[in-house]
Amino acid sequence: MSGISDLKKIFGTGNTSKLRQFGILFSLILIVALFQWLTGGLTLSSTNLIAVVSQYSYILILAIGMVMVIIAGHIDLSVGSVAAITGVVVARAMAEFNLPWPLAIVFGIVVGAAIGAGQGFWVAYVGVPAFIVTLAGMMLFRGGQVFIGNGNTVPVPDGFRAIGSGFLPEVGPETGYNNLTLLIGLIAIVTIIWRELRSRAVQRQMGSEIAPAWVAGIRVALLVGIVVVATLLFAGGRVGTSFPISGLILVVLVIVYSFITRRTVFGRHVYAVGGNSRAAELSGVNSKRINFFVMMNMSILAALAGMIYVARAGASGPNDGTGWELDAIASVFIGGAAVAGGVGTVIGSIIGGLVMAFLNNGLQLMGAGADTVQIVKGLVLLVAVAIDVYNKKQNRFSIIGIFTSKRGGNASVAATTPTSGAAPSATASAETGAPAKD
Amino acid sequence: MSATAPILQMDSITKEFPGVKALADVSLSVGIDEIHAICGENGAGKSTLMKVLSGVYPYGSYSGTITYRGEEVRFKDIRASEAAGIVIIHQELALIPELSITENIFLGNEPTTRFGSIDWKGAQREARELLARVGLDEDPDTLIKDIGVGKQQLVEIAKALSKRVKLLILDEPTAALNESDSQHLLDLLRGLKGKGVSSIIISHKLNEIEQVADSITIIRDGRAIETLNVVRDGVNEDRIIRGMVGRSLQSRFPDRVPEIGEVFFEVNGWTVQHPVSAERMVCKNESFTVRRGEIVGLAGLVGAGRTELAMSLFGRSYGAYRSGTIVKDGKQVQLRTVHEAIDNGLAYVSEDRKALGLNLLDDIKRSIVSAKPERISRANVVDEYREHDVAEEYRRKLRIKTASVESGVDTLSGGNQQKVVLAKWMFTEPDLLILDEPTRGIDVGAKFEIYGIIQELAAQGKGIVLISSELPELLGLSDRIYTIFEGAITGEYSAATATPEALMKSMTSSAQKVTAA
Ligand SMILES: Nc1ncnc2c1ncn2[C@@H]1O[C@H](COP(=O)(O)OP(=O)(O)OP(=O)(O)O)[C@@H](O)[C@H]1O
Ligand SMILES: [Mg+2]
Repeated sequence: MSGISDLKKIFGTGNTSKLRQFGILFSLILIVALFQWLTGGLTLSSTNLIAVVSQYSYILILAIGMVMVIIAGHIDLSVGSVAAITGVVVARAMAEFNLPWPLAIVFGIVVGAAIGAGQGFWVAYVGVPAFIVTLAGMMLFRGGQVFIGNGNTVPVPDGFRAIGSGFLPEVGPETGYNNLTLLIGLIAIVTIIWRELRSRAVQRQMGSEIAPAWVAGIRVALLVGIVVVATLLFAGGRVGTSFPISGLILVVLVIVYSFITRRTVFGRHVYAVGGNSRAAELSGVNSKRINFFVMMNMSILAALAGMIYVARAGASGPNDGTGWELDAIASVFIGGAAVAGGVGTVIGSIIGGLVMAFLNNGLQLMGAGADTVQIVKGLVLLVAVAIDVYNKKQNRFSIIGIFTSKRGGNASVAATTPTSGAAPSATASAETGAPAKD
Repeated sequence: MSATAPILQMDSITKEFPGVKALADVSLSVGIDEIHAICGENGAGKSTLMKVLSGVYPYGSYSGTITYRGEEVRFKDIRASEAAGIVIIHQELALIPELSITENIFLGNEPTTRFGSIDWKGAQREARELLARVGLDEDPDTLIKDIGVGKQQLVEIAKALSKRVKLLILDEPTAALNESDSQHLLDLLRGLKGKGVSSIIISHKLNEIEQVADSITIIRDGRAIETLNVVRDGVNEDRIIRGMVGRSLQSRFPDRVPEIGEVFFEVNGWTVQHPVSAERMVCKNESFTVRRGEIVGLAGLVGAGRTELAMSLFGRSYGAYRSGTIVKDGKQVQLRTVHEAIDNGLAYVSEDRKALGLNLLDDIKRSIVSAKPERISRANVVDEYREHDVAEEYRRKLRIKTASVESGVDTLSGGNQQKVVLAKWMFTEPDLLILDEPTRGIDVGAKFEIYGIIQELAAQGKGIVLISSELPELLGLSDRIYTIFEGAITGEYSAATATPEALMKSMTSSAQKVTAA
């Protein structure tokens, strides 16, 4: 058993896409560590972590929808404008019609769904490329936002602000930590361990290849370690703060959408349409419907992101959401999606989004200006995708590949010695350099 | 190797992919003016060996040495090998349908005038000469999409000739060709041999190999088993098969006693319009029936409209429906979408697995369940454990050669991809299975297995519609054969009355309509 190939299994057995995802995770850890060092420990302080989550949760929410759009082979440039127009519509509805805030959130979702249905219709049923439809949408809804808001800021009531800037309440005994955050951390840890045990049990039952116990041990220890540290950091901030509510919304969405994309028939169909739409149609997939729903879903999530942003800012303004589409798209591609569609994961995109978030945040902590941040972000996107492209050609030059295939080769294929019923009466036997015997 | 030095000598080539050793210490020697065939089962490593030779897998990604025209070569990409006169023609043709023959021939290699612009006059003149050399009587301005696959294959060869090819590699060149196009291609190879072009040909059509090859190297499980000299060793098909699979194959078709039930699928007056030209009908008032447990063959030349008929029945996936009815189990059914067709128990295995059959980005297990994920889902949530079990079951049943069902379908050899497509449609448990060239690119041993599977499905009471360009295959499997000519059914033969001559006659003219006794 070669150590290297076992070690690889820490990041999951099976296909290379998991491995690629790990590559991104690894870069995230590197970036965080780098800034932790450069900022003298500021990056991983409670206050800063909480700020990062509440500042970037809406971009990450957009990334969830965007990765599905990109997997299906499209793009959505309108998300920033859709977020902004939803924000102002909801803010005005609350200000002028005294719409209670829970209803306002539902109303915002409906607005997003309506916009999404419209864009989805043009993309799926009329066949206008999504790039064009959403470019039009980007201009249209930006204009609409300014029109509805008169170019002014529209404040939102306190109750509504909770989804953007709220925290979990303090309950239970005095521990010096936010107890609900601790509870969430605990649930996460139990889930990690339970899932590992369960998947091992199932693998054993199916008689498929199982990673050695120590590999699983390291994997679980790593994940649990990260969760413990994060939990203590989030729970141990200033009294009254905790893991942000917007972060919680994000986590729930990540779990739900990971499940949808990986495990449901709908999710499978999204990948199928993006990978080869003709083949998907000939397998009974209604690709129009898939395209429609993917576009519509994106606008719903954009509406949600817009509301969270407005809630955090306390008011809707004419510049809300500018440039969000680019951050969301960058997150998805850093997270390993393919421009041509068919490839990508929700988790990968979230990690990609976190890479962008920590870059932004770290540079700001170091006092870099917006110009520097833009330049660095641009370079990181380019390099990240270049590495990805390079890795995809890994048949050619893969270090990991070289190590593992040597082992696999000796064990399996080479063992089948030619037991030909045919006497090699051949003239020029081609086996000039045949080895002695395996 | 004594008298004249070989043009190519590959020594101890080893090539590994993660988890698979595709080639283990393979050596190959090709003489000057020789046609050298490479035979082996699906996944044996034939294509991989040729990709090593042509620089698709560059120097450094394999071990071993390649000596070409007396010198060791280390190609870093295809351009490097082409510059040296080695041209590979892949099974999937690399021509651009919207461009003309001339433009395709000189793509990336355009002749220029003194001023740096493209010399179209010169190019056309040269294209005409090249077309004459490959025996293709077409205007060089014709668009690629307007000529058939057989002619496209010839254009590929013309393109290779324009690159001053000395060693031509053809990976399953005749897989998609009909008999006469194949014959023309083989004659061409023989002609080129006398003019300083050696060839390496990979094919599962062993009769062609026997006909055209001077020597044959047999690869099994990534190892070169033997090299045979066709004349000296008196090689015939059986001898090649023995080398490939390690034993003789008693017969090409498994024994079967057909148990044919009543008619359960009936098509009446099926008329379909061409997708773009409104006057042209691709199906002209076609009617046919399928009985339970019956294998019905559809014979016709390439372009006769067999695929169009099948696809238009399968959820109107081709052309525009004009008229006609489908009756299944005594009830008239509407199959307006593929989904409805699948729900009504139809399955269609496409002839074009890469473009229409598979999502090459997906892995094996997902591909197998992709036409009916509902079967292993509850509330639209896929049960991944059952999915795995199902995939393993088909892997065993169809002997799909792979390291794991989690691997991507793009890592499979051509023949094994075809098996995945078959598995995908078997998994839908259809009543009527339409197979369009189901054994294209499949090795002899696997063909026998697939025939067995087809017969078994028939024995379970399913109806099979078999489209094949290989007459022996149609004749060997079918209980009844319809011939199609230019979109119309021109004849119906029972197994007893079907002869190659009779079928050919009905396949090439609509003169008199033949009906089965
Ligand atoms: N990119 C790849 N990654 C992993 N394995 C691969 C890859 N390409 C080929 N293989 C494996 O290498 C082996 C040889 O494949 P190859 O395509 O050379 O077979 P072949 O002899 O051409 O078969 P066929 O007759 O079906 O075309 C197969 O087991 C295949 O699964
Ligand atoms: Mg091959």
